[in-house]
Amino acid sequence: MSIPVRPAAAWLAASAALLAVLVTAFAVGKFPVAPGDLLRSLAGRLSGTGSGLPAAVDTVVWNIRLPRVAAGVVVGAVLAAAGAAYQGMFRNPLVSPDILGVSAGAGLGATLGIYLGLPLALVQGIAFVGGLLAVAFVWRIAALVQRHDPVLVLVLAGVALGALLGAGISLVKIISDPYTQLPTITFWLLGGLNAVTPHDLAATAPAMLAGLLPMALLRWRINLLSLADEEAAALGVDVGRLRLVLVAAATLSTAAAVSLAGIVGWIGLVVPHVARLLVGPDFLRLLPASLLLGAGFLVATDTLARTVAPIELPLGILTAVVGAPFFLWLLARAGRQA
Amino acid sequence: MSAAVEARDLAIGYPGRRVGAGISLGIRAGEVLCLLGPNGSGKTTLFKTLLGLLPPLAGEVRVLGEPVADWSRAAFARKVGYVPQAHAGIFPFTVEDIVLMGRAARIERFAAPSRHDREIAADCLAALGVDHLRTRIYTEISGGERQLTLIARALAQEPALLVMDEPTASLDFGNQIRVLDHIGRLRRRGIAVFMSTHQPEHALRVADRIALLAPGRLAGLGAPAEVATPDALAALYGVDAAAVAASLPAFSRFPQHRPERHAS
Repeated sequence: MSIPVRPAAAWLAASAALLAVLVTAFAVGKFPVAPGDLLRSLAGRLSGTGSGLPAAVDTVVWNIRLPRVAAGVVVGAVLAAAGAAYQGMFRNPLVSPDILGVSAGAGLGATLGIYLGLPLALVQGIAFVGGLLAVAFVWRIAALVQRHDPVLVLVLAGVALGALLGAGISLVKIISDPYTQLPTITFWLLGGLNAVTPHDLAATAPAMLAGLLPMALLRWRINLLSLADEEAAALGVDVGRLRLVLVAAATLSTAAAVSLAGIVGWIGLVVPHVARLLVGPDFLRLLPASLLLGAGFLVATDTLARTVAPIELPLGILTAVVGAPFFLWLLARAGRQA
Repeated sequence: MSAAVEARDLAIGYPGRRVGAGISLGIRAGEVLCLLGPNGSGKTTLFKTLLGLLPPLAGEVRVLGEPVADWSRAAFARKVGYVPQAHAGIFPFTVEDIVLMGRAARIERFAAPSRHDREIAADCLAALGVDHLRTRIYTEISGGERQLTLIARALAQEPALLVMDEPTASLDFGNQIRVLDHIGRLRRRGIAVFMSTHQPEHALRVADRIALLAPGRLAGLGAPAEVATPDALAALYGVDAAAVAASLPAFSRFPQHRPERHAS
């Protein structure tokens, strides 16, 4: 079903599109910066001589927009890559990175942190740890169940724990202060990059990149996990160990992304589909395509979130509002071709 | 020379559920051994045990003289290829992508298939006469083409032994003949083949020896003419001997009909 295009030209086009999205993200907003000023500001920063622009322009570009755009790039790329890896290894195109409970665990952690009135850095830390713990717990439960299909057991355990943690989140929302805490919790659960500081980004980026590393190194071998376990084992793959490495990597990077940006839905589910329609299912091409598209989609959506309405819209709402119709259109189009 | 695969007094099954016991058999290089047995007799369980995917409940499996338990998965896959029954697949990989997966045990952990691997994949497809499938999408080709693709993937492992689980099941008449012909060619390349089938006439056509797996035990092992008699098949499948002879034209030509032998 992949659309035949000349590979080099397609990658070039995708990179150019991402660059256009990034430039737009830097330029638009409450304080618009003309592309020419962007270039001068960049040149000034690179040469160290100063841009000659009003100080406000440099502040907006480097202190306000850069952390936000950079966070969008990394979070979008990480969620899309984790989604692509999970869909392959769980042999199910309906799977998203939170299937094993990472978002629910992080969500409960963050919700509790906000309810207890903890500082933001601590809320993020608890969210990160909550995500890791949830997946570790699911993995442990699945290992205890001796069934023929370990993948199915893992997914079922993840869905069950996700429901349990979801109930916990609802409970905390009910007992939290409806005027101060509940809006914060609601906004956190819908995701957003508005509160990202350079310090937050620096604190979470290492975990996100460390999680991407095994996926990048094992990018071809991941293909084999989409076969039945015994088939992959007969081809020489140590299935259990490879799956553990990839689940740990995807969990690490997703937990860090969620702790930074909240629960941004849809990207991990939809972007890998779009990437697969464009470049096919081979993870060698699917991984870079997912990284590019995920980064571009999240930065574009975040740019819309802070420009289309007088108030800033939560990211999770816009990813669905933009992503779902696009995805349906793509499905209908691919269905006509097949 | 040591057998490609050798099972000694093997008991097979799952923890708490023994499927068969007392199974001893060996396959030499360049030999085709066909496994016949009714549904549920344990053919797939036996294959899984020989492939090291299921630990034996008792006894021992040796591949090229070494106990299966001592092999790493990758080292094992470099010697033993496995052809499962053709499945539909979930993601639209190309046929070349699927065949390249056969190279997994020969590609470095963090590497991707090289030009050399792609050439071998192309050679394996060409050896089966399906090189035109290379760029096709695996999920969109026919069942027979998928089966040939999976055989090509197993050949890409460059194995000494091929284990094939009902390679002719779900194929049309022409593809059945094609697959059986290819199995004969593999034997000539010195590859040992252990395959199961539900069609005794296929076993009679390609096998050097036939093994009969009755539920729980090995009911016969030897030359086709001696093992796959109408009486033995009737007992194996629980039907009438006359009905077996009537439905298998090959028996009217026995003992003239023998698979062609090749110097080994």
